[in-house]
Amino acid sequence: MTSGFPHLLAAIALLPLAGFLLNGTFATALGGHRFSHRTAALVACATPIAAFALTVMAFFQLQGQGFDPIVEPLYRWATVGDSSFDIAFYFDRLSAVMTLIVTGVGSVIHIYSTGYMHDDKSFGRFMAYLNLFLFFMLLLVLGRSMLVLFVGWEGVGLASYLLIGFWFDELANAQAGRKAFITNRIGDAGFLLGMFLLYRAFGTLDMDTINSAFISGSGAMVSASLVGLLLFVGATGKSAQIPLYVWLPDAMAGPTPVSALIHAATMVTAGVYLIARMAGIYVHAPEASHVIAVVGVLTAFFAATIALVQTDIKKVLAYSTVSQLGFMFLALGVGAYGVAIFHVVTHAFFKACLFLGAGSVIHALGGEQDIRKMGGLRTKIPFTFWTFVIATAAIAGIPGLAGFFSKDEILWYAFASEAGGATWLWAMAAMTALMTAFYMFRLLWLTFMGPSRMSHEVEHHVHESPFSMTGVLMVLAALSAFGGYIHIPHFLEPLLPLPGVQVAKEHFEQPLLIVSIVLAFTGLGLAVFFFGGPASRPEAVKQALLPLHRLLSGKYFVDELYERVIGRPLVWISERVLLRMGDQMLLDGSLNGLASLAQRSAGLLARVQNGSLHFYMMFVMIGLAGALLWSWRHG
Amino acid sequence: MDKTTLLLCLAGALFTIGLAGVVIRRNALVMLMCMELMLNGVNLSLVTFAQERGDMAPAILVFLVFVVATAEVALAIPIVLLLVKHRRSLDLGDYDVLKG
Repeated sequence: MTSGFPHLLAAIALLPLAGFLLNGTFATALGGHRFSHRTAALVACATPIAAFALTVMAFFQLQGQGFDPIVEPLYRWATVGDSSFDIAFYFDRLSAVMTLIVTGVGSVIHIYSTGYMHDDKSFGRFMAYLNLFLFFMLLLVLGRSMLVLFVGWEGVGLASYLLIGFWFDELANAQAGRKAFITNRIGDAGFLLGMFLLYRAFGTLDMDTINSAFISGSGAMVSASLVGLLLFVGATGKSAQIPLYVWLPDAMAGPTPVSALIHAATMVTAGVYLIARMAGIYVHAPEASHVIAVVGVLTAFFAATIALVQTDIKKVLAYSTVSQLGFMFLALGVGAYGVAIFHVVTHAFFKACLFLGAGSVIHALGGEQDIRKMGGLRTKIPFTFWTFVIATAAIAGIPGLAGFFSKDEILWYAFASEAGGATWLWAMAAMTALMTAFYMFRLLWLTFMGPSRMSHEVEHHVHESPFSMTGVLMVLAALSAFGGYIHIPHFLEPLLPLPGVQVAKEHFEQPLLIVSIVLAFTGLGLAVFFFGGPASRPEAVKQALLPLHRLLSGKYFVDELYERVIGRPLVWISERVLLRMGDQMLLDGSLNGLASLAQRSAGLLARVQNGSLHFYMMFVMIGLAGALLWSWRHG
Repeated sequence: MDKTTLLLCLAGALFTIGLAGVVIRRNALVMLMCMELMLNGVNLSLVTFAQERGDMAPAILVFLVFVVATAEVALAIPIVLLLVKHRRSLDLGDYDVLKG
């Protein structure tokens, strides 16, 4: 370490923890609300901003030493036999990008939250949870060992659970939190198994060591595909891929800044980060990579189809997030790790902007989330409208904006990568891109354009959000517009080399670019045609394809399927076998039996104690005689 | 029969009379006195053994027994007095509600 700051990386991670502890102690009911609103907001926002500043410092330090990773051991956590587990932080190009996003986007969302949650009675608790989330997320991206990453991984799950169920007095919210937590546990089991395998093979969980072992070819002790698939199971849970994506749409029960920070910009990209971080394994696991690509593209496609018909503004965005995460996994699956991280970054910008814009709309409308009851908002909340337009254009892939660059690169590598690119992957992804443009502009039109469909009372109260919210929206909109010009795949290339391109497909690059631009504008045009005109147009399509519409608005009935195939048998086994036979019959039965045996025998013996001294005395005499007799016999 | 045997027989007789009294009689005061008899029977045997062996340890034990017996009586008599005040009876059969 050359810097004068000995524990720079630790400070980045621990600052939000300090914020959590301060606010958790003094600004919640637990501590009797000692902090005023203003102090709580100040503490909660200052710590991430300071962490962001330190991250920038660390970045320049990294640059100063020629991008050699900064390794910062903190302390030894445990020593078991010959092996030891260190808490160490690791800062290279990849963690630098992720940390900048987490602290940067995290900071602005904290600022936004001070406006959005201003009137909530548990303001301090909310800010404390947000800080806690940020701490665990930083642990996740900065940890050197998979163990530290896993602590962060579980910690963000906890924070996500707490924040989804933030308004827990409504049962549905609490249930959504529980669903997220349990679904994630399934993925975590896979992650843990993968970790165990790696540990058995290498005796260490340091990710850089494992990667270099695989790259140098000494990783043959363990099957790369098996480990890769197990880690991917973990990633499907956290990053909401088929089959574990079901929790993310329900997670929208949380306050909107939470949806923006955790369920769009940062936490759900943890799975992408994990796989990019372990790229050394996946380079040697073409089967696992292929599975990732297929799952990714299927998730992208099906989530996009569901998003076409959703009517809740946040649900549309949620399915769009699932779909975009699918794009990222598609990129990972075809070996374009840097491109996936690029999409993580641009997606963090425009999706955070969209969610916060949606939050601003909901705020303006006093809690209304149904886009069928909106419309005509563009003049009433102009800042929100314009930032929303930019972010929508960015996600739809309108040329020049952030999403266009990253999505186009994903499409290109899905088509032409030597590491598993295929025409059908590209075709499905391109279809998804078209649907993305369509449903996003549909959302834009239904929310902001056309005549108002609001009730008179709601319309009367519509107001633009305070500057703490609109200012943040403008920052994020600017990033959505220009974020694509930071060429992250190039920056990451020394660490995560891009795959080669199949020679036969080289000359397709220009035509594909044109196709994806055409697709984006086609989506825009279709959306304008259907939702800019009379309402009978979409209605006619809906009537013509009624069964399909029912299937899509029922979300393919996956929740119902899971309920039937997994939920009910589990409940049955728990109820009949575990509860009645195991708990009630075996455990309770044996305990109750012992207790009643003791009680009955005690009842018999209690008759001896009748209160007559002479009766007792008789026993003393019998005992005495017995003792005498015994000593006489044996003396 | 020499002197020692005689004294031990007397000690045994005292103890047996005391024990019989405690078991048979119902009067609390008589029972207490019978207990003293039992104690003194034991004391007598201790003193006899001390004489016999020329060992002073049993004689010291006798004084310990005196002390404990005094303390015991000092506790027992007030209890009996309180009981009598309560029920006007010395018959311990009347007090079987105290079994708890």
